[in-house]
Amino acid sequence: MALGPRRADISSVAPEEAPDLTAATEAIEAEVPPGVIAQTLGEYVRGYASRIRAGESGVLPVILAMFVILVVFSIISPNHVFLSPVNLVNLFQQAAVFMVLAMAEGFALVLGEIDLSVGFVGAIGAAITVQLVQPLTANWHWVPAILAGLLACTVFGAIQGTLITRLRLPSFIVTLAGYLIANGIFLQILLLGPFSGYPNLAGQSNNLLVIYDLMWGTIDPVVSWVGAGVVVVGLGLVIWLSDSRRRRSGLVAPPASLSLIKIGLIAAVAIVVVSICNTNRANLGTLEGVPWVIPIVLAVLGAWTILLQRTKFGRYVYAIGGNPEAARRAGINVSLIRTVGFALCSFTAGIALLLYASLLGGMSNNVSGGQYVLYAVAAAVIGGTSLFGGRGKPIHGVLGGLVIAGIYNGLYLQGISSVEWQYAITGLVLLAAVVIDAVSRRGSASGSVTRV
Amino acid sequence: MQREMTAAVAQTPATEEPLLKIRELDKHFGPVQALYHVDLDLPAGKVTALAGDNGAGKSVLTKCIAGIYQPDHGQIFWQGQPVHIRNARDSAHLGIEIVYQDLALADNLDIVQNMFLGRERVSRELLDEDSMERSAGETLASLRVTTVRSIRQPVASLSGGQRQSVAVAKAVMWNSKLVIMDEPTAALGVVQTRQVLDLIKRLRDRGLAVMVISHNLTDVFEVADRIAVLYLGRLVVQDDAKNFDLSRVVEYMTTGGSSRTVGARSKES
Repeated sequence: MALGPRRADISSVAPEEAPDLTAATEAIEAEVPPGVIAQTLGEYVRGYASRIRAGESGVLPVILAMFVILVVFSIISPNHVFLSPVNLVNLFQQAAVFMVLAMAEGFALVLGEIDLSVGFVGAIGAAITVQLVQPLTANWHWVPAILAGLLACTVFGAIQGTLITRLRLPSFIVTLAGYLIANGIFLQILLLGPFSGYPNLAGQSNNLLVIYDLMWGTIDPVVSWVGAGVVVVGLGLVIWLSDSRRRRSGLVAPPASLSLIKIGLIAAVAIVVVSICNTNRANLGTLEGVPWVIPIVLAVLGAWTILLQRTKFGRYVYAIGGNPEAARRAGINVSLIRTVGFALCSFTAGIALLLYASLLGGMSNNVSGGQYVLYAVAAAVIGGTSLFGGRGKPIHGVLGGLVIAGIYNGLYLQGISSVEWQYAITGLVLLAAVVIDAVSRRGSASGSVTRV
Repeated sequence: MQREMTAAVAQTPATEEPLLKIRELDKHFGPVQALYHVDLDLPAGKVTALAGDNGAGKSVLTKCIAGIYQPDHGQIFWQGQPVHIRNARDSAHLGIEIVYQDLALADNLDIVQNMFLGRERVSRELLDEDSMERSAGETLASLRVTTVRSIRQPVASLSGGQRQSVAVAKAVMWNSKLVIMDEPTAALGVVQTRQVLDLIKRLRDRGLAVMVISHNLTDVFEVADRIAVLYLGRLVVQDDAKNFDLSRVVEYMTTGGSSRTVGARSKES
């Protein structure tokens, strides 16, 4: 590969030293993200292609999976209803729960751990919130009610994290116990009050309405467009300005054409989503506009992306997932970061299950927290998060959540709504994701053998 | 070669205070006496090789300097002042950096992220990537670590020699005065060993004190200005490298003494 001008300034210092990257170039090249060395779009594409050939496929499988789901279900669904705006918005709403839950699980996975309790821990939070806003009993304002629910989740997660780090117990066992304990607490909370175990969100109270609207409320179509425009322009400016500043100061940066493609993709996704949502979806009357849940998911995505990619805390999470010993020697408080990671995982699960309560219009003992854990792990891994720690981003949870929801929704439209089939198919998808993860990992491991 | 050049300033301890001076250091674990009355000098601008068979106490001595173990008796002097190194933070604060054999790099992080791990620069709570990348690039360029294609590539994609170079660059970036390297050339190929040995010489030329722990005596003779040998917890000899040859070092390592002398005096205990 030709040396670009930016690398030349380092290599020109000592031209007498021959690079030792000769024999294992192909294997090594596969692990270098193409954006890091590409000077032109052509180089970028070639770099990406060689990574895919070596099994380092990034988000490509999930994009392909989405495409396959879209094509297959739109063909086989009755009257091609899969692609109708009403179903696509429905799909976004179902996906939102999986997405946020997968982002929650992402904290544990990147740390190289697993949290099996997310489903029922989140359910505890949601049940607390739904109970607290009931006008017949507690009648709290929705803000403290939500905060109380999320706080309960965070405390539960922090206790699990403390047990895992201080007593050095395996996270698998601690969170399996946590799963059962949380299930019990959840059922107890449901039985409180005169609701026969089914506190719901139907009623005239404004606080009930706000919780219900998290999923079902919509933003005015004009405001939707303006909001989407602000988000796209804002993100576009941030990407363009930081990329071009780095290009000017000679730092590693993607070529300008790539920055533009990235911004263009964000704009395209925004336009497609808002157009779908702004179509009138009601058979009678009007139902249009972007559901509240989309900006809520974007806010979680944005917050956790900044936290993980741009702060010391996030850097330490990745370092611990990659090599805990290196993190410890670098003076990082590994126990504290791990504990906070588990607390944030449970906190985010609380948001996910709150959205689920809103989707259901209440809470009941039908919540299958066990199944939801598998969906969360599957969504994160399908999206590109590694089960082996150190690799994964919040966006992976969002993409994977869309795939899981697509399968779930598509099967439902086929009338395959029975639990056995959902279990079996979700299990197969999870297995496929793990196989892809393990194979790509083996690809990089064999690369390291040639390197030594 | 470098050894002829430094021969003129052979007996340093008498004229100049060494950067790190260890006197009568003892360390035992239960009934096992790991180190016994160890005296060791690590002068600035010199590469000191610490040789010794397995179990001789090389890593215990390193960990005493690093602050991971506390010595039972004895004193450590830093620039002539007695110091107590209670933990890794203390040693880093003095300017002691240790490059462990397993390098302690996170494979999933890139070169810049590894070099700044635990000491990230932030502006307004967010990581200042531009400034870190610039500094890391400057440090690598000054050490003439030139074979990496991009300092933003993950460490997983580097060769063994490149990893060693990154670990060393990470150690010298923090104005360190003493760099201790544990088996820096183990598991490296010929070309990569060459690169790492050149890198060690560059550290010495910058005026750093370097201690290299190695089993590979060819490499020891290649870079070391001084050689010290540990035998069953005792420092049996330390002297200028020109006063040793291969068989004499092996003799010290295996028997703790020497039946013959090659050059000038040697401190035998």
